[in-house]
Amino acid sequence: MPRQFTLPDLGEGLTEAEIVAVLVREGDLVREDAPLLEVETDKAQVEIPSPIGGRVEKIHVTPGQTVKVGAVLVTFADSGAAAGPAAPPRAAAPQVAERPAPPPAPAGAAPRPSPAAPVADAAPAAGPVPATPATRRLARELGVDLRRVRGTGPGGRLLDTDVQAAARAAPGPAAPSRASTAAEPAARPAGAREAPAGPAKPLATVGLEPPPLPRFEQWGPVERVPLSHLRRTIAERMTLSATVVPHVTHFDRADITDLDAIITRNLERARERGATLTLTAFLLRAAALALRAHPHFNASLDPAAGELIVKRYRHLGVAVATPRGLIVPVLRDVDTKPLLDIARELGALAQRVRDGHASLEDLRGGTFTITNIGALGGTGAIPIINYPEVAILGVSRARLEPVVRGGQIVPRLLLPLTLTFDHRVADGADGARFASEIVSLLEAPERLVGDI
Amino acid sequence: MVMGDLVDEVEVAVVGGGPGGYSAAFRCAELGLETVVIDADRRLGGACLFEGCIPSKALLHVAAVLSEVERAREWGVDFGEPRISLDPLRKWKQERVVGKLARGLAAVAKGKGVTVIGGRAVFEDSTTLRVEGESLQKVRFKHAIVATGSAPAALPGIALASDRVMDSTAALALPDIPERLLVIGGGYIGLELGTVYAALGSRVTLVEMTEGLLPGVDRDLVQPLHRRVEKLFAAVHLGTKVTALREAGGRIEATLEGQGAEAFDRVLVAVGRKARSAGLGLETTGVRLTERGAFIQVDERCRTHDPHLYAVGDVTGEPMLAHRAMRQGKVAADVLAGRPSAFDNVAIPAVVFTDPEIAWCGLDEAQAKRRGMEVKIAKFQWTASGRAATIGRADGLTKLVADAASGRVVGVGIVGPGAGELIAEATLAIETAALVEDVAATIHAHPTLSESLMEAAESLLG
Repeated sequence: MPRQFTLPDLGEGLTEAEIVAVLVREGDLVREDAPLLEVETDKAQVEIPSPIGGRVEKIHVTPGQTVKVGAVLVTFADSGAAAGPAAPPRAAAPQVAERPAPPPAPAGAAPRPSPAAPVADAAPAAGPVPATPATRRLARELGVDLRRVRGTGPGGRLLDTDVQAAARAAPGPAAPSRASTAAEPAARPAGAREAPAGPAKPLATVGLEPPPLPRFEQWGPVERVPLSHLRRTIAERMTLSATVVPHVTHFDRADITDLDAIITRNLERARERGATLTLTAFLLRAAALALRAHPHFNASLDPAAGELIVKRYRHLGVAVATPRGLIVPVLRDVDTKPLLDIARELGALAQRVRDGHASLEDLRGGTFTITNIGALGGTGAIPIINYPEVAILGVSRARLEPVVRGGQIVPRLLLPLTLTFDHRVADGADGARFASEIVSLLEAPERLVGDI
Repeated sequence: MVMGDLVDEVEVAVVGGGPGGYSAAFRCAELGLETVVIDADRRLGGACLFEGCIPSKALLHVAAVLSEVERAREWGVDFGEPRISLDPLRKWKQERVVGKLARGLAAVAKGKGVTVIGGRAVFEDSTTLRVEGESLQKVRFKHAIVATGSAPAALPGIALASDRVMDSTAALALPDIPERLLVIGGGYIGLELGTVYAALGSRVTLVEMTEGLLPGVDRDLVQPLHRRVEKLFAAVHLGTKVTALREAGGRIEATLEGQGAEAFDRVLVAVGRKARSAGLGLETTGVRLTERGAFIQVDERCRTHDPHLYAVGDVTGEPMLAHRAMRQGKVAADVLAGRPSAFDNVAIPAVVFTDPEIAWCGLDEAQAKRRGMEVKIAKFQWTASGRAATIGRADGLTKLVADAASGRVVGVGIVGPGAGELIAEATLAIETAALVEDVAATIHAHPTLSESLMEAAESLLG
């Protein structure tokens, strides 16, 4: 939303001033407090500092012109205190993105806002927003423009809770502002399917305040049990993921008859070398290798910046059921490790988690998660993405099933897989390709085994 | 990366090893990005460490000791006349202060795996730098952070090439103690270095073109310093221009507008600093400079108009302060690593290390009024401070500017000994949007000078 800067009250009863010099050009990025204009009043010549940081979209005055207090001097494209500054135009097309200078306004006439320029209904306040640096960072993370949020703290200070409430209350994606529509097409290479790094823009966050609960007591006795810390964390994380991320799930099955034979054959050898060979170790290796070829699934979406953060490390989380609840420890750099190392590390890590000895480092930094509920049965499950990751692989129990092979019905061991992923980041076809890469790795286990 | 290769490929190339550059580089390394710093002198520290903040503060400390020794006579303690030996003084400043800190920075760089390349860096395009050092080298990068800083500005029109005409860098080298020193410029550099030379025994004449010392700074804060400087310096000429400089008989003859010609043994030109944005090959990139001052234009995330290039520090504009550069450096590193960071700081403290010190942050009275704010002002004179009395310094003042509507602290100015340390609390208050009431209700140790901010806040609560 463009913001207009008007001639401020210069004090001492002055009502107008003459523009002496315009110190910026259209398209310039200016910092808050940087000199914008020089004006001369009856009393003195003063520099007018910029009230905000941002890109100068339009200059409405010319030197020599006399303007009254309240007249529009400069229009800023959406700056972004919180929303993120307008992205600099791509180097390839800076000239194209630049817009021609407007015809000079008639001298002497007090300039009026150009009719096309929308005026914000809730005009954001100039000057710094009253919030601590930590709260301002939270606002950037959640894509909240603090200038449009009312603070409930002392003296109008914006609190974390105000920011969170604003993020929940944010409506759907706002209509693109004039500034961004003007810059975007020019900045994007024509015909490109997806500009690799188009102008960064905040995405709107979505959220719902759940309606109040009914009084269950009216139907019978109830008991209120406080949530454990872990339960609360899981609840919050899952709500966040399910609310923020549009989930889509792809189903597949892998024929792991050969893989199962390899595991059975090598169990003892592996144990002698200190590793417990499990299907999960193979799944980790297969997923990590597939992620190398499909980096979009090893990423996080930054809605505030409008960018995809692609991670060049593959740290995989494994969902572990504990008596206290679900915990997801993380194995580092899985794609670079031989299978036996993965198996060894997985065993040790799962043990630490079950014993309650996992360190914070054990639980952080994951880029993709695998949840194997096969031991507990079921024919399939659709897990929720471990936010802010992009995808999660769900694995259910493998079963011997009749399969037609070369015209014969043969018993094969089939493993049901579900790949659930963030539809903002990838489409169904991408998911299908990624899943089938995992399947083909599991079906050709010699590619996974290496050194057993 | 293998040094000596024809083309080095790195994730981040930082141009300039000053506070902005090394802060950015260290942060990049912490975030796991392969980072090199290209510095003309192949060292970290920049103007701040080698020709600015640090050496000047070392010398100002000496000046403060000399001034205390002088004052001690009033208290019945006489050390006799101080004898100053320049060699040990220079050695202490250069080796024990500057050298020690420089070795520390080099060790940190090594520990973090940041490589420092020596040479002049010139952009060939948005992803390539040519480094003209002992050998020619190219560095290809994904992101570059320009942190080339600033250099002392020359005196327009009357520049004179002579050893006796010094800029701040030359003056800090302490070539000798001139009998008569002319300081051109009444900004913080001229005042700080003038103070040093006056304390060491020079007769200092200061000339300032505008009508007051420290142009742009709240007059209430400047006044006590002005009174002190008038005593310390041989002469202070305000509203005066130097119209000519000429070498004559081993001295410099300066013509002061309306005052005639005077001879000086040395002249210090301290008329500001200018951005080092020229000669970097920036025209081969998408970077845009400001019309005024040729600063690199950046947004809040320290991004330039070129998507590969970031810029931090003095080269991006005022205020040219090392601590602003350091914060920007960290922001640029975070942003290029994809983190939601922004240089959205509300208060950047500024300190003039004269005697008395002057420090301020946020908005002063005039700036707040220019923004159309309704403000409340509190001035606490240090004559009422117990601590100020015990150190024999009642010439201080703490001034607090608050937004009348919200009661928020929006600006603080302090003049007096230790103002540079005291301003930290005010900066935190403004940055965290504290109210006058918050400051007033916080317990401040007694007797300390820090009570002055609490007293000022209390006086506004009524």
